[in-house]
Amino acid sequence: MKKTVWSMCGMCSVRCPIKVEVEDGDVKWIEGNPHILKGSLCAKGSAGIVLQKDSERPQQPLIRSGGRGAGKWEPVSWYTALDHVADKIEKIKDKYGAKAIVMSCRGGPWQDLIKAFCHALGSPNFSNHDSACGRNVHHASKSVYGLGRKGFIYDIANAKHLISFGRNLLASLRVAEVNQIMDMLDSGGSFTYVDVRQTLTGIKATRFFQVRPGTDYALALGMINEVIKQEAYDKDFVEKYTVGFDKMAEFVEPYTADWAAKECGVKLKKLKDFVTEIGAERPRVIFHPGWMLSRYRDSFYASRCLHILNVLMGNIETEGGQMFPKTPGDCGVKGLRTFSSNVPKPEDKRADGVGWKYKHFDKGPGLFHLFYDAMMTGEPYPIKGLICYRHDPFNCFPDVASQKEALDNCELLVSIDTHYSEYGWYSDVILPESMYLERETPVATQKGLKPRFIYRDRAVEPRFNTKPSWEILKMLADRLGFGDLFPFQTAEDMWKWQLEPTGYAIDDFQEKGFVSLTDTPIMYDRDSLEGRFKTASGKIELINETLEGMGIPSFKPYQSPKKPPKGCFRLVFGRSPVHAHSHTINNPFLHELMPENTLWINKRVATRLGISDGDWVDVLGDSQMGTIRAHVTEFIHPEAVYTVHGFGRQVPLQSRAYHAGMSDQKLQEGLLLLMDEAGGGLCLCEKFVTVRRSSRNPRRRVEL
Amino acid sequence: MNKYMLYLNAKRCIGCHGCEVHCKANKDLPVGPILCEIAHEPLKSVKGVPKTEFLFRSCYHCEDPYCVPICPTGAMKKREDGIVYIDQELCIGCMACAGACPWNIPQINPATGKAIKCDYCMDRVDQGLKPACVTKCTTRALKFVALQEI
Repeated sequence: MKKTVWSMCGMCSVRCPIKVEVEDGDVKWIEGNPHILKGSLCAKGSAGIVLQKDSERPQQPLIRSGGRGAGKWEPVSWYTALDHVADKIEKIKDKYGAKAIVMSCRGGPWQDLIKAFCHALGSPNFSNHDSACGRNVHHASKSVYGLGRKGFIYDIANAKHLISFGRNLLASLRVAEVNQIMDMLDSGGSFTYVDVRQTLTGIKATRFFQVRPGTDYALALGMINEVIKQEAYDKDFVEKYTVGFDKMAEFVEPYTADWAAKECGVKLKKLKDFVTEIGAERPRVIFHPGWMLSRYRDSFYASRCLHILNVLMGNIETEGGQMFPKTPGDCGVKGLRTFSSNVPKPEDKRADGVGWKYKHFDKGPGLFHLFYDAMMTGEPYPIKGLICYRHDPFNCFPDVASQKEALDNCELLVSIDTHYSEYGWYSDVILPESMYLERETPVATQKGLKPRFIYRDRAVEPRFNTKPSWEILKMLADRLGFGDLFPFQTAEDMWKWQLEPTGYAIDDFQEKGFVSLTDTPIMYDRDSLEGRFKTASGKIELINETLEGMGIPSFKPYQSPKKPPKGCFRLVFGRSPVHAHSHTINNPFLHELMPENTLWINKRVATRLGISDGDWVDVLGDSQMGTIRAHVTEFIHPEAVYTVHGFGRQVPLQSRAYHAGMSDQKLQEGLLLLMDEAGGGLCLCEKFVTVRRSSRNPRRRVEL
Repeated sequence: MNKYMLYLNAKRCIGCHGCEVHCKANKDLPVGPILCEIAHEPLKSVKGVPKTEFLFRSCYHCEDPYCVPICPTGAMKKREDGIVYIDQELCIGCMACAGACPWNIPQINPATGKAIKCDYCMDRVDQGLKPACVTKCTTRALKFVALQEI
């Protein structure tokens, strides 16, 4: 029997809407939802089929029977596993209070369920991976607009010029966004790319600034200075909607284009020409404010400057610029019922200090890495349990050895995931979630010019004894005595409960896999945006007085990044289009395309070290080492070496990924608590490593 | 006369290798054979921007293919519309076709022990659909073109 199922891809965190064709319980075909993506899908999306058929994933609940990380597991039933977890949670609650438990996830449209569960448990300590990802960009956005990093969408297709500071858009690969970029280029748009190396994205650029690692903030300051000097900004927009222009202009005065060109190692004329060009093209100019910017000590400020450059272009709520994502409310539709609306918020202070010690950070998910501090010191109170859903801290966060040391103070570590995460392998209990084709998820809202409700249906039954997360959490909630806060037993019940205020039913999703809440795109009047910016002043704050009041400057004086000592390199990392961080490395098809990572190293430097392209090289941190092949190229800055993140996995049951390639985060020793104080993001590119030609390169080979 | 052609708009191609996986997933292939591939030359600086162009390669479906006459069992066939394909029932996996092909296009499918190659997803084409690689191409850079006589 054949059937078509509407779903959402789960291979990476973009969650592209997909159409799945199933025949006799077998997935035969996956394509991008034709109504949204016209069929387009990336390599990872199609590889979902072999993930479903792959047996190298947890097949039933597992309880650890040996030491942590020893890999000895007892397969148990769901009842045993959940009773065990509930029992441990109760014990921690009795001894230390519910606040001693942290629940973390990977953000996204379904995090509300995890947050609601965490709060129902009585703990304020809900978190996610974002302090190793987009926190700096998020907080920078809040400091300018009073809105988070998702407070704007970008109309790239209609822009005349897109500028990206190291955001590797085409490798990070959001299918809809990538098509917007290609459409823009097809219509003759310009694309300026800034990075320490050339990337898949940069090869499509019309202008490339190869900068010295860690100087993004300098280049952005130089651009603001030059924009003001050339009067290339939208004076009316700045006058009407912003505060602090004069103070900002005063701050950037010494940071001239000439200075920036020298500091970053780019040509002055090229920089000045760029500013002249965008001055003529605005408002159809978009500076991408960055995504994963947990990189340098001043990444918050670099991102803040990029947000401000957008403001100077006057590109808000205009075609080819940034637009406010519209909500169901804008379409006269009531929003979905949220899980957390049913749950009172615990009154305890957060253990990561967010909201009381760090008042300038957004409470939401807080800053995950600071829980490690609480685990190690017991301050402000002990943390004794960690439940990670779809989140692998050992791959997101640096310095795995220090993380393990902190976790050893915990009495319960639980991993809820579809695959064996590195953290899961170290944990006490693995509760296996059904992979995305085998489960349904709650209805989600996708804001935009045409907002919609969208959902993921179950395409096929689980191959193994796994369950969807909503069911795992519901069963656990029942055992902990707050199951009534999640009043549903089936996915259909859950959808109905969520959709009740909206007036829609799940049957309305059958035709296209989603419900569009408007036929025509909704735009606000650009001349009356008052009240849209959620800052204290209600305006766009070039200078944020609230932050200044807390002793956090809106711009900090620029400090030139340290040069690596002789023989050392700054370790930078990034994405490939065929892998989604660490959790696709073991996928049979994706592993076939990219079985391991390489170390990009500058040709001139490599020659001095006697390293040729393809040689094995040892990459040494303080105590950790990785050995991979060198990719010798002239298109990376000589101070940096680069590798694709996610490799070097150490779960023996993942036979393809096991010890394949090198893990950057294991080399990032000492960086676990080093954050940008203003933005809360980690400084993951602040590590110097040594590189040498490995003795694994055979000069002679003795066989007998 | 060949009726079809696969054309890559290299300007839109981002080298994501989606086509290779779309093809494998559709043909239910194991690890090993890859029936189409994206390749590129090393980066070269063009007006200050390091650039390269992506190339797409799969079976060329030759007008006068060498692989067809050399096949001892008559498994390798050319259709009226020009599609060169392997009848899996007849193939014995001798791989004479690969030896005869100037580009070594046919590959062994280790799951079946038989030869396999691109057939423009002719089952899909016969249903009025496009090949898998074209249907799902991430940036819609790949086109399935019907050739016309001038």
